[in-house]
Amino acid sequence: MAAEPIRETRTDNMMLNMGPSHPAMHGVIRIVVELDGETVVSSDTEIGYLHRAFEKEAENATYNQVFPYTDRLNYVSPIINNVGYALAVEKLLGLEVTERCKYIRVLMSEISRVCDHLTCIGASAMELGAMSAFLYMIEAREFLWELVEQVTGARLTIAYCRVGGVKADLPENFEQEVATRFQKVREVLKDVDGLLTRNRIFIERMDGVGVISKEEAIDYSFTGPMLRGCGVPYDVRKANPYLVYDQVSFEVPTQTGCDNYSRYLVRMAEIVQSMRIVEQCFPKMPKGPINVDHAGNVMEPADMVDTAKIGKTHDLPLIQLELSPNLEGLEKKQHREVMAPDKGVVLPAKNDTYGNIEGLMNHFMLIMEGWGIQPPVGEVYQAVEGANGELGYYVVSDGMDKPYRVRVRPPCFAFVAGLHKMIDGGMIADVIPTFGSINMIAGELDR
Amino acid sequence: MWVDIGITVFNVLVAGLFVLSLAGLLTWVERKQSAVMQDRIGANRADLFGWDPKLLRPIRRLGLFHPIADGLKMFLKEDYIPPEANKLLFSLAPFLSLFCGLIAFAVIPFCDKFQVWGKTVSVQVASLDIGVLYIFAALSMGIYGVFLAGYTSKNNWAYLGALRASALMLSSEIAIGVSIIGVVMLYGSMEIGDIVRAQQAGPHDLLFGFLPKWGIVMQPLGFLLFLTAGIAATKRIPFDMPEGESEIIGYFVEYSGMKFGMFMMTDFVETIVVAGLTAALFLGGWHIPYFYPAHTGGWITVLQVLVFMLKVCFLCWFMVLVRWTLPRFRYDQAMRLGWMGLFPLAIANIVVTGIMIVMSNG
Repeated sequence: MAAEPIRETRTDNMMLNMGPSHPAMHGVIRIVVELDGETVVSSDTEIGYLHRAFEKEAENATYNQVFPYTDRLNYVSPIINNVGYALAVEKLLGLEVTERCKYIRVLMSEISRVCDHLTCIGASAMELGAMSAFLYMIEAREFLWELVEQVTGARLTIAYCRVGGVKADLPENFEQEVATRFQKVREVLKDVDGLLTRNRIFIERMDGVGVISKEEAIDYSFTGPMLRGCGVPYDVRKANPYLVYDQVSFEVPTQTGCDNYSRYLVRMAEIVQSMRIVEQCFPKMPKGPINVDHAGNVMEPADMVDTAKIGKTHDLPLIQLELSPNLEGLEKKQHREVMAPDKGVVLPAKNDTYGNIEGLMNHFMLIMEGWGIQPPVGEVYQAVEGANGELGYYVVSDGMDKPYRVRVRPPCFAFVAGLHKMIDGGMIADVIPTFGSINMIAGELDR
Repeated sequence: MWVDIGITVFNVLVAGLFVLSLAGLLTWVERKQSAVMQDRIGANRADLFGWDPKLLRPIRRLGLFHPIADGLKMFLKEDYIPPEANKLLFSLAPFLSLFCGLIAFAVIPFCDKFQVWGKTVSVQVASLDIGVLYIFAALSMGIYGVFLAGYTSKNNWAYLGALRASALMLSSEIAIGVSIIGVVMLYGSMEIGDIVRAQQAGPHDLLFGFLPKWGIVMQPLGFLLFLTAGIAATKRIPFDMPEGESEIIGYFVEYSGMKFGMFMMTDFVETIVVAGLTAALFLGGWHIPYFYPAHTGGWITVLQVLVFMLKVCFLCWFMVLVRWTLPRFRYDQAMRLGWMGLFPLAIANIVVTGIMIVMSNG
């Protein structure tokens, strides 16, 4: 009798479509993974689910109209996007903003950075099942978003910056508000630190997972916390200071683990540093506008506008305005504090617009299509340190009132390009914390 | 004979209703407790189809209508069966899962034996001599439901979930079984009622003269191991990798409607079973510390039932607390914990217990 041929068990790899409708992929990305058991053999990342043609839209909008679009890039920290774009256009114009405006931009950027890091850490923790840590973080972010709301009037799509300044000055008692809210944020950080940092399960899930070597990280042009988690202390704020980052002291935290846990620690340390920067800004900031004196000729802004509309403009510029929601921040005194004194770029204060013919003409020339801000022919690249890394704007002008080209260098794009290096060979359960730690924001990834 | 049947029916009703209503209530506890832990208010909007009388408003504010609304929603939703799935097994799986969870409670006693109509009875569905083994069997059988669900759904995610559930079951059930042997050795019985009775034999049977000889005092390591493995058996965070809602969505990804509801229910029922078992084996079951009633029956029995239920509720609360505090293990980490952490420690516990028993008997 012939011997039975030895039968071998044939195994196939399993192809699994992770996303876009997968809880951890947020509906904006798809990773096709090839699995051997639970081990990821290979992976293929597919992006483009949130493509909104930002760059093309920007070519069809005037320079100031691009701001609302930039809000939607990294929608967790929109102010930094605003600042980056404003700096790029100002560089093109050769315009210098006022000192107070610089501080306001830095301050608001840092608050945004804290929001972004809180969201990133919270979301990674939630995807690992630590729901409570996530909600603590979101609560802390809520305190900060209320601050953002007080300043900008909106929570997410803030459109706060303008070419040559910012939309509005800081509200009254803002320093105190910040102090009380930062107190709460610090308490939350302490709680979360206790819940996660030394939590054995959390460490096991994060430590040594999603590793990418320092060299590979540089090759893939990683920036931000991802690169600093590999031990490279590169930070645009230090390497190439913009605004007033050279006048405030802060550290660039680094870790050498090259893994998810290092990135987590870097982000936690950066939150502390960002709050430190904000607190330094207040005493250094040039004195803001004094509160309007209610005695004497006080007039409701809306009344003033109505009066001006029927032509009774006599003496109107002399009248001091009360603050009101619709005109807040563009009242003359404040306007002078936060906007550059360049009539070719910056809209005049509202009481000039409605109060005298020069102001009205100035306003009109800037608003009219085909006029507006017309930078000289040229091209600039301006990078800012976004929450995720280097966020660069490359703006080309052909001398018209609309940008010829706006190109964004999003920090996440590099991370997603290198994602397969981090997840291949690991387990499918590790894809989630790794994907969480790169903090991919589809808004800026796909644009 | 009619008396016997009557008593059994009564016991089945008490145990069944207790488990099922507590499971329903646990959905509410889960919502509200997590809300309290996370500085939220929690669900408080459901009312009776818009009917909102003043009298019922406190119930509504507490969100107590939500379990009812949940149940109703589950029943009214479309019950979808994937075309590729095996219809029979796909439909059988949730029933099997819930059934195994429910029957496990049968051997857990609510109170001491007492006399009624000349019969010695107890609020316990079945006083099995192998009660402990029966519970392991019932809990382990539960894996069939889960595995069938994942296997017959014809969905790769569900399949991964089923495999993880099997791996987890193997790691946790062994640890449960071994960690309990110390208790069995100590109290010398497999019948859970006997084990409870032995935990507080009399006023002179105290450890160091002041501690009641409850399982948690006599077997602290066994208690920790059992509770850990028990939480693993319930497949909830930190051991929820069969579900892993942000990773693989879970073995029940293709289920909808009440079938999905039954899987959710199973998790809660298993929580209650583990809580009941822990209360009986380690927390002195129906006993109140330093209280030795001369006879049973009447209000003493009612008190015992209430005390036992209270202990179960406390343990449920504790398990929900754990669930909302910790992150999730990766499945290989959970297996390593089961095989290389809990299992050897449980063996060591048996050895130490054996030595202690021999030493104390001289």
